[in-house]
Amino acid sequence: MIDFGQLLTVGISQLIGPSAIFFALLALGLNIHFGYTGLLNFGQIGFALVGAYGMGISVANYGAPLWLGVLIGMACGVVMALVLGIPTLRLRADYLAIVTIAASEILRLVTRSTSQTEFTGGTQGLTGFGDSFAALNPFTQPSYTILGLEIRGPDLWAILMGWTVVALCVLLTWLLVRSPWGRVIKAIREDEDAARALGKNVFAYKMQALALGGVFGALGGIVLALATQSLTPDFYSPPQTFFAYAALILGGAGRVLGPVIGAMLFWFLLSVADAFLRQATAGENPLLPFISSQDVGAIRFVLVGLFLGLMMVFRPQGIFGRRREVLGDGR
Amino acid sequence: MIALLGTVMLSGTALAAAPAPTAPAPATASAAPAQEQDGIDVSGTLRNQAGDPLPAVTIVAERDGTPVAEATSQADGRWQLSVPAAGSYTFRLDESTLPPGTEVLQGETTREVSDGSLNTVVFRFGEEVEGSGGAGFVTVLRLLVDGIRFGLVIGISAIGLSLIFGTTGLTNFAHGEMVTIGAVVAWYINVAGGVQLIPATIMAMVVGALLGAANELGIWRRLRRRGAGLIAQLVVSIGLSIALRYLVLIFFGGRSESFTDYTAQTVRDYGPIALTDKDLSAIVIAIVVLVAVALLLQKTRIGKAMRAVADNRDLAASSGINVDRVILFVWMLGGALATLGGVLFALSELSSTVQYEMGFRLLLLMFAGVILGGLGTAYGALLGCLIVGILVQLSTLVLPLDLKYLGGLAVLIVILVFRPQGLLGSRARIG
Amino acid sequence: MAADQSNDAGRADDTDTENTDTAVTRDVAGGEDAPAPAGRTDLRRALAGVPPEPGAAKPDPVLTVDGVTRTFGGLRAVDVAHVEFQRGAITGLIGPNGAGKTTLFNLLTGFDKADSGSWVHEGEPLQSLPPHRVARRGVVRTFQLTKALAGMTVMENMKLGATGQRGESFFGALFTGWGAQEREITERARTLLSRFNLDAKAGDLAGSLSGGQRKLLEMARALMMNPKVVMLDEPMAGVNPALTQSLLGHVKSLRDEGMTVVFVEHDMDVIRDISDWVVVMAQGQVIAEGPPEELSSNQAVVDAYLGAHHDQVLEFDDEGNPVGETAELVAEMEAEEIGADAPAPETPASDASTPDAPTSDEEKRA
Repeated sequence: MIDFGQLLTVGISQLIGPSAIFFALLALGLNIHFGYTGLLNFGQIGFALVGAYGMGISVANYGAPLWLGVLIGMACGVVMALVLGIPTLRLRADYLAIVTIAASEILRLVTRSTSQTEFTGGTQGLTGFGDSFAALNPFTQPSYTILGLEIRGPDLWAILMGWTVVALCVLLTWLLVRSPWGRVIKAIREDEDAARALGKNVFAYKMQALALGGVFGALGGIVLALATQSLTPDFYSPPQTFFAYAALILGGAGRVLGPVIGAMLFWFLLSVADAFLRQATAGENPLLPFISSQDVGAIRFVLVGLFLGLMMVFRPQGIFGRRREVLGDGR
Repeated sequence: MIALLGTVMLSGTALAAAPAPTAPAPATASAAPAQEQDGIDVSGTLRNQAGDPLPAVTIVAERDGTPVAEATSQADGRWQLSVPAAGSYTFRLDESTLPPGTEVLQGETTREVSDGSLNTVVFRFGEEVEGSGGAGFVTVLRLLVDGIRFGLVIGISAIGLSLIFGTTGLTNFAHGEMVTIGAVVAWYINVAGGVQLIPATIMAMVVGALLGAANELGIWRRLRRRGAGLIAQLVVSIGLSIALRYLVLIFFGGRSESFTDYTAQTVRDYGPIALTDKDLSAIVIAIVVLVAVALLLQKTRIGKAMRAVADNRDLAASSGINVDRVILFVWMLGGALATLGGVLFALSELSSTVQYEMGFRLLLLMFAGVILGGLGTAYGALLGCLIVGILVQLSTLVLPLDLKYLGGLAVLIVILVFRPQGLLGSRARIG
Repeated sequence: MAADQSNDAGRADDTDTENTDTAVTRDVAGGEDAPAPAGRTDLRRALAGVPPEPGAAKPDPVLTVDGVTRTFGGLRAVDVAHVEFQRGAITGLIGPNGAGKTTLFNLLTGFDKADSGSWVHEGEPLQSLPPHRVARRGVVRTFQLTKALAGMTVMENMKLGATGQRGESFFGALFTGWGAQEREITERARTLLSRFNLDAKAGDLAGSLSGGQRKLLEMARALMMNPKVVMLDEPMAGVNPALTQSLLGHVKSLRDEGMTVVFVEHDMDVIRDISDWVVVMAQGQVIAEGPPEELSSNQAVVDAYLGAHHDQVLEFDDEGNPVGETAELVAEMEAEEIGADAPAPETPASDASTPDAPTSDEEKRA
């Protein structure tokens, strides 16, 4: 029997949970990259990884205060943008795609490497970086009931802080894209050579955009690590980037709020589908006997992959987008 | 009725991490045949630095300091034990049971055991590979041969990638899945069909060619006709790559599965170099096939047409070449070679096992090689892949074994900084 | 190197050693100064004294090019020994397909890297500058295939052209009040748009404009930069004939405002109508120069267009051209061919021979 009430509750709690925050931040970064500047960053999860580990290592291993750790995490995002951007941003667009996807996988391998265990905690990950964040928590009751949802105190604190960060990133995006700076990066997305012919230093703008979006990604990693109090390398696997892409395209690339709405919606749909599949495949007499419950995690990746491909072909402007600003048209 | 948010969030996180792949530990990692028992299986193969199995060694699994399971390795070095539930365990070698004189690099490891994913524990023996101090001439020579072998395998797999780029402009991120699927098909024919691996591989190559054709006819030709841009095509290939990778996971499973042939082989000495028969065969097969491909490109009509299309599509079309047919052939050739590459990769680098992520991992090195040689050039791809293979193997002189892919990325970044058109590429191409 | 000599009108160009080596088709009738049409300006009088031969020194060159070469896979696409562009003049650049005109444009504006050579604008060498720096120095180009930013409005396109915007830097966008400057730019953009009859379209997406309107927009956008030298790559290609006259008028008005115009064109009528001076290229070299009226009597030009040098693969492909025809006729046939925007049938060399070839490939696939 399918418990639809539970499906809905699961979905609604996912609308505002840390996963939605995480993917909103990743997608906000990708929106700067892909939506506004036309950069193909397929390793956004790598930016999240360096952000989270930059913060985690400096706080847990070196005893840095949390604020410094967060700054270091963000700086790691900038450094990664520089390392990957300098060689590739002068070249055709696919080189950035190749390098970013490679870097995101290799960063994961590095952090989980046994040789780095004392530094990164290996496959076990890091702990003990979030104590001062937890100590700041003003919600001291064990749980709060908000709009019928029961939320634990620490979760409420994490969610509140997470959405504050998202709001700040949205504000920054809005300020930038309506400025002449935003006009230039949109021009670069449309036609690099035209922007060059108009005296714009295309490389510098791409680099700035890559770094900015990378910092958004790094913040995503930082927020998630603090919210879940866990930091393990295998969470940061390359396909996660495509969840963020799916969220971005769902909400509409090249719009300020697109990634946020997309991430919430995406995570809602994904978790409802997930919970449905789990219910449908579990129990004595499963609704879908040909799928094992272990495959559910894999099925969502299949669906996301297909979604991404189909959207690119049939609705490149996103689900809600008008055909006004069609992205990636052959350039 | 009301679900606890925290629980849901946790499950969300855990889910995303569920298909967590294992560390690349080529020469040592392996899985035992799947046996459904109570508890969760953990397995591995003990091999010393030279690749010889270590029998009759005791392995103990501990949870919170209490031993919960124990196993002894068999004649082929394999061991398997079963732990009661998912969680964090420490696995320890009983070093007194080791053959005398065996140096242990890592005899204890702690890891998370989870249900439904591959639980392999790796212990490492032999000379210290991390330090740069002890790298003698023999070690370098051995790594060089390993590198040539690895480079040839990458090269065979990557020719299709490069030719597809050359003829259609598509940067095909799903090429890694062609490698995986090729190897998986060969595995099915070999294990389920009971066909010896060599004919099984040839049959799989036919399937790979058909798969390549299906790719072109079902997706890419239509997209080109629709006028989809190259960036859109690139994103489609990425979506396809994820979808295929996880379809393989669903149907094939997350474990490393072993071929029935050529699993354990002893090492033969060739002067200072020690090679197993399958390693030597991999090198020979790769060279023979590559020479055949070169002859095909150089001597046959279709080969010349392929090079012409890669050089200048419009000119080729206007001089009467049926470009669509040539591209279809390129896809078929690429599919067949990717299959062969997948099988050779499994045999020589993954201890004769097949994994659902093997192609994606190889993809990064294929890109490094293809870009190093010059995107779109067949011979450049080969040269670049050889160099990448050698560099990756030599990098283990200074890098820990599980970081050797880092060398591939480093090569990629360095080449993009200094010679983005690649060794054999021309400047006009990189636009 | 030519920086100090720029104003020396009577300078003999044989100080340039490369020049004598490479200019093989120098057997042009040199002395006859055609009578300038009535009503021409001082400019025409000044140019009248310039000998009509390749590499001739101009009284007041704004751009001086020396020894520029560019090779694509063993093929010399550009090999220009010396050429000067007169300040305030409209200079037409003509030549058969594959003559290297667009490649020369790409080199001069930094969009492609020369193998060797130097070029100087107002005493400043430009050869090592990236394209955006060249543009900021006042040498601004347009493209053969118009690069209107289709997904942005006409007004946004225009505003992009303005230079020195505070809000264009990352921190400037956040922390300076760029609003006042933005209003100023908008005002200037409006004025320019109305001059080009595009004011009604200001809020429309550039992608919705017709081909000719895009050409106009591209030109207007370039003017937002207050350029000194405007380099137009086939401004008339693909333009509705009804718009041609108005486009020509705009090009002339650029000169009247003191700008220097260099443009690539195939249509001989257009060349004769608006250019003050014509530079003819073939096989990457400058083979002739002179006032437009003298072109048809120039043996080098006739040879180039009729394929006298067909031992070189760079020639346009119909070698069976009737030799008896005049150069004009062939040039006009050629112009029609270009109007259809067919990419030049390139040589079967081992790589894409001109930088625009990959672009047009992409556009075809797109």
